[in-house]
Amino acid sequence: MTIFKAQNFINEKVKNLPPSGIRRFFDLVANTKGVISLGVGEPDFVTPWHIREACVQSLEKGYTMYTSNYGMPELREYIAYYLKNRFNLNYDPEKQIMVTVGASEAIDLALRTLISKGDEVLIPEPCYVSYKPITKLTGGVPVTVSTSMKDNFALTADHLEKYITPKSKVLILSYPNNPTGAVLPKEEMEKIASLVIKYNLVVISDEIYNELRYDGPPLSFASLPGLQDRTILINGFSKAFAMTGWRVGYVAAHPDFLAAMLKIHQYTILCAPVMAQMAALEALKNCHLDVERMAEQYNQRRRYVYSRLLEMGLECFEPKGAFYIFPSIEVTGLSSVDFAEELLKEEKVAVVPGNAFGKSGEGFIRCSYAASMNELTEAMNRMERFVVKRLNLNSRAAAQA
Amino acid sequence: MRKKILKLLEKNAKLTAKEIAVMLALPVDRVTKEIADMEQEKIILRYQTLINWERTDEQKVSALIDVKVTPQQDVGFDDIANRIYRYDEVTSVFLISGAYDLSVLVEGKSLKEVASFVSQKLSTLEHVQSTRTHFILKKYKQDGVIFEDREADRRQVLHP
Repeated sequence: MTIFKAQNFINEKVKNLPPSGIRRFFDLVANTKGVISLGVGEPDFVTPWHIREACVQSLEKGYTMYTSNYGMPELREYIAYYLKNRFNLNYDPEKQIMVTVGASEAIDLALRTLISKGDEVLIPEPCYVSYKPITKLTGGVPVTVSTSMKDNFALTADHLEKYITPKSKVLILSYPNNPTGAVLPKEEMEKIASLVIKYNLVVISDEIYNELRYDGPPLSFASLPGLQDRTILINGFSKAFAMTGWRVGYVAAHPDFLAAMLKIHQYTILCAPVMAQMAALEALKNCHLDVERMAEQYNQRRRYVYSRLLEMGLECFEPKGAFYIFPSIEVTGLSSVDFAEELLKEEKVAVVPGNAFGKSGEGFIRCSYAASMNELTEAMNRMERFVVKRLNLNSRAAAQA
Repeated sequence: MRKKILKLLEKNAKLTAKEIAVMLALPVDRVTKEIADMEQEKIILRYQTLINWERTDEQKVSALIDVKVTPQQDVGFDDIANRIYRYDEVTSVFLISGAYDLSVLVEGKSLKEVASFVSQKLSTLEHVQSTRTHFILKKYKQDGVIFEDREADRRQVLHP
């Protein structure tokens, strides 16, 4: 009789996906008491009350069924209206917009739809952790394009061009960026757009943090001249509307791309949950003041945390979007993981080691400022104590040597 | 700019001028000056602490009292309002529209104390026609703060 080994049944690609390198660290966070967490990638605000109420009311009215595979028609119309209003983009709500289970599903759909075996996907790093694994699952080849603090963690066209080969097919852009808080300046976006056209690429633009931008109005990559058809625009409700747990996102794209993505979506997901779509509809209809209010608070916290990090002696790029800040911890002489672990053990503050977001994130840590001012103040006091102690140790060691 | 400074201070009076300056991207001396000016101009009246007394051993009873008054020539309601808000027991006085004229918040150590203040002091004032006392049984929310907020931070650890 053959002995059953579950491992032998697991798909090779899945087996070969590297497990999250910082899992051990997060287990440590979960098991430590009294931690102030700057490690969470979601708003500290609860979803605005009237959005929650809209969901409750929809349940009371009996909205408990499937919706169209594309999502509720009214919600798609409001998404189209929002994209028109905000970015002057014209999308046909019937053929070009689909509601997904979070922006995450949209990323998966887009990559699965575009990538065949061996196609190269250009991924600027540091970046959100899912692009590479999904690319690998589709049989594509992730090509890392590192960005650096000297370029404000923004992708530059010059640098990107070096990585483009005849096999390049897709460029993933995610600005405002998680984990760095970087944004793409308009001029650089335009230069990148020229490359996209020159080398016949398609862009997956993950714009989930687009409403949280602190240096001016948001800009969508799809709105650049000639780029709308070549861009799969992904956005969602999680970050701007503080609706992470609802799992509602959307994708806007060329009708052919959308029809292809719809095939995968209808066979795997059917449709996003109706109650969450009801809430999203209320968010788009009546929530822009809440978004402004939350964005203003993030902005105040951003300035505060940035100034504290500089004061304690960490070199830091001033983030212009999202709710993350990505200071360099090089002066402490510690690796990202050691810094995060020792900070957690000594001062009970949780941050995410930068290398979780790619090799170019080594030497940095990601702090989320989606936390109350009281928590941020206390967290910065603790971190300052920790950093100053390390700097003193280092200078003593240097003096002895 | 003043509005932004005030909004921050309204929520947290302990913020320093430096912190406010950083949060609003303003020069510190500018913020310091604006705050001083607003104190001078009586825009900022005082820096207060919001306390949930129910969580202490302190006995406190408060009541909202609807007061109907006869307005007087020339001074309208102001004169009688003045006579009412001078009492230490009275913590707030509002002129309101509707069936009553003044809404008066009274605080005391016991039900008896508040009741005797109303019957002996308030209702006997000249021009006061009638009073109606509502004792406050529980405070849920005050000045924008929910006292027993059940919506704690529920974010869970999620591997990014």
